[in-house]
Amino acid sequence: MNLPTTLSDLRVHGEHLLQFQVLGSTALRVQRLRNERKLGALRMGPDDVLAPPPRALARMQELMSRHYLEGRYANGVRKVAWVTSGAPWEPLEALGFFPVYPENHAALCGVRRRAEANCEEAEAHGYSRDLCSYARTDIGTVLSGETPVGRLPRPDLLVCCNNICQTVLYWYEVLAHHFDCPLVVIDTPFLYGEAQEHQVAYVRRQFDEELVPTAERVAGRTLDERELVRVMLEARDASQLWREVLDRSRHRPAPMTAFDGFLLMGPIVNLRGRRATTEFYRDLLAELDARVERGVGAVAHERYRVAWDNLPIWYRLSKLSKLLAGRGVNVVASTYTYAWGELAPLMDPTDPLGSGARVYLHPILNRSTGHKLEAMRTMVEGFSLDGVILHSDRSCKPYSLGQIDQRDQIVDTLGVPALLLEADHNDPRAWSEEQSVNRIEAFIEMLETAAS
Amino acid sequence: MTVAALGIDAGSTTCKAVAVDADGHSVGWRLESALPRVEAQTDALLVALALELGAADGVPVVATGYGRKLVRAATRDVTEITCHARGVFADLGTGGTLVDIGGQDAKVIRIDERGRPVDFAMNDKCAAGTGRFLEYTADRLHVPLDDLGPRSLAAPRAEHISSTCTVFAESEIVSLIAQGADVDEILLGLHRSLVSRIVAMVRGVGLTPPLLLSGGVARNDAIRELLGRETGQPVRLPSAPQLMGAYGAALLALELTR
Repeated sequence: MNLPTTLSDLRVHGEHLLQFQVLGSTALRVQRLRNERKLGALRMGPDDVLAPPPRALARMQELMSRHYLEGRYANGVRKVAWVTSGAPWEPLEALGFFPVYPENHAALCGVRRRAEANCEEAEAHGYSRDLCSYARTDIGTVLSGETPVGRLPRPDLLVCCNNICQTVLYWYEVLAHHFDCPLVVIDTPFLYGEAQEHQVAYVRRQFDEELVPTAERVAGRTLDERELVRVMLEARDASQLWREVLDRSRHRPAPMTAFDGFLLMGPIVNLRGRRATTEFYRDLLAELDARVERGVGAVAHERYRVAWDNLPIWYRLSKLSKLLAGRGVNVVASTYTYAWGELAPLMDPTDPLGSGARVYLHPILNRSTGHKLEAMRTMVEGFSLDGVILHSDRSCKPYSLGQIDQRDQIVDTLGVPALLLEADHNDPRAWSEEQSVNRIEAFIEMLETAAS
Repeated sequence: MTVAALGIDAGSTTCKAVAVDADGHSVGWRLESALPRVEAQTDALLVALALELGAADGVPVVATGYGRKLVRAATRDVTEITCHARGVFADLGTGGTLVDIGGQDAKVIRIDERGRPVDFAMNDKCAAGTGRFLEYTADRLHVPLDDLGPRSLAAPRAEHISSTCTVFAESEIVSLIAQGADVDEILLGLHRSLVSRIVAMVRGVGLTPPLLLSGGVARNDAIRELLGRETGQPVRLPSAPQLMGAYGAALLALELTR
């Protein structure tokens, strides 16, 4: 935390203390306790197609609301870094940066039906509708100042890693130009097979020569090795727990749905490396274990189990979840939520930067389409799946590339029905309700006839 | 002749109803242009068919087509994919690869040897490659719908239509006419354009012979002919291609009685 040296600094610190640390945090804690009580008292009615969400949802809401609330008062108190979802966060956490994930914020806009207006704002400034809807939502937010979280703090540092796509390179250049602040780009070579040592060394050098020195300069302090080890340990434990949470859905009936996962993943994406995040996932896991023990499924009558590939359709989460659950379909696994858990074994707290170089080379989007097919194949077997839904996401080209072949392979070699569903993760204008629902229902009928 | 079940296909262009007896044979049908008030139209159509055939009250009804959820008399609603597969399989007695070209969408359905749909593809968010594409352009060229096929097949060569978009294809047609192009050659070009989209979908799903064709567009000889030429497979048609969705729905309704 920066220490106040002027009267204006004092006012900023005072606001952070009063509005965030005292008033806001207390109010959110009270709200969480109330929500936990409410969720705990919910029972499944005879007409309900879904079980009540896990009680841990209340804790997740508190963590995320606290985070965005702090964001409103962060400038001048903490250094702020805007980072891509695949950026190496741990050194920045250890240096005390406050994180903003524009992709997560954009998803929040999507869920709250605010993305379209921000996309239109960006388009009005000349950004093509063919660009990723996260990028358009974010740039639109920056231009309009419109956000469901009240206010996003200005970045002191931008960190962009191209392990998720190439769009981020230009998106972050736009941000660097707009905010006139330093931008660190971490280039991660695409992996056609296993990572080569020279590739790991190349990424590691960028940490040593670019990321850490720039972040230290902006933070005004040097990276404490012990703190970095502690952060990496927390990050690894939380990622491992998140993976275990997802793996609980191997049970039949599955104690949660991928739609729950799309919401519960908030802390592992945004608040990785913190004790509270690790504890949250430990509690969630315990809650799911209790469900498994009691044989409680997330879908009232789980008859078919399917996987979801690609990003969620944020503005249709609830509708899709109910549509599928109403026909006894539980989306029990997703390549997307898994991306934040599957790399835990690569995280080595005794060598945070060295193992970090390996970790950030390995996200599913930085690996071959064959690897993704293999991941889905493993899911089909491990989660006893009856089908796969592949969201062909107009906005996420790297994720969608190869899906037609992947779908065909799943159908032909595994004999499992698979549906390619055209949509966009954040731009509702790319969604055709009638056509999409028709396809989903035809897919469900296929699952039904296959089982008959 | 006792009506055991009814099927209704409330499509985007036409509304069809089929009645079957206890053995699953079609015993009567009705077809009319789709009206905006789906509830009222499907009520009236089913009542008319039931009265004509002397069907008893309480006969099960399965609804399909885009308006399927608006059919008040329906016992159940099922998508066109499942209904077409069921109808064509019962009519022709074989699985295979079914191309169904309706008013608003085109689908390719792979049907297994037991008559179950095992894979499908549909056109996405675009009416090109559907009956509407032909209707729209036929209207623009002042050619009656039933003349489209024969006139296309009579053309010695085809004008090349590069746009697959219905709206942009119209601009292309206007420009071709301005250049003095022959209407029949334009028509052949349009049919080729539509068939090339369908064939791409067939390849996506994978062609398991025989190649089957249903939907209102199956009435168009040029589509059947060009589809056969492009895929190298003979095209088989059910007895009443336009009624297969409703027929399949009626067969599914019959299953509800068992």
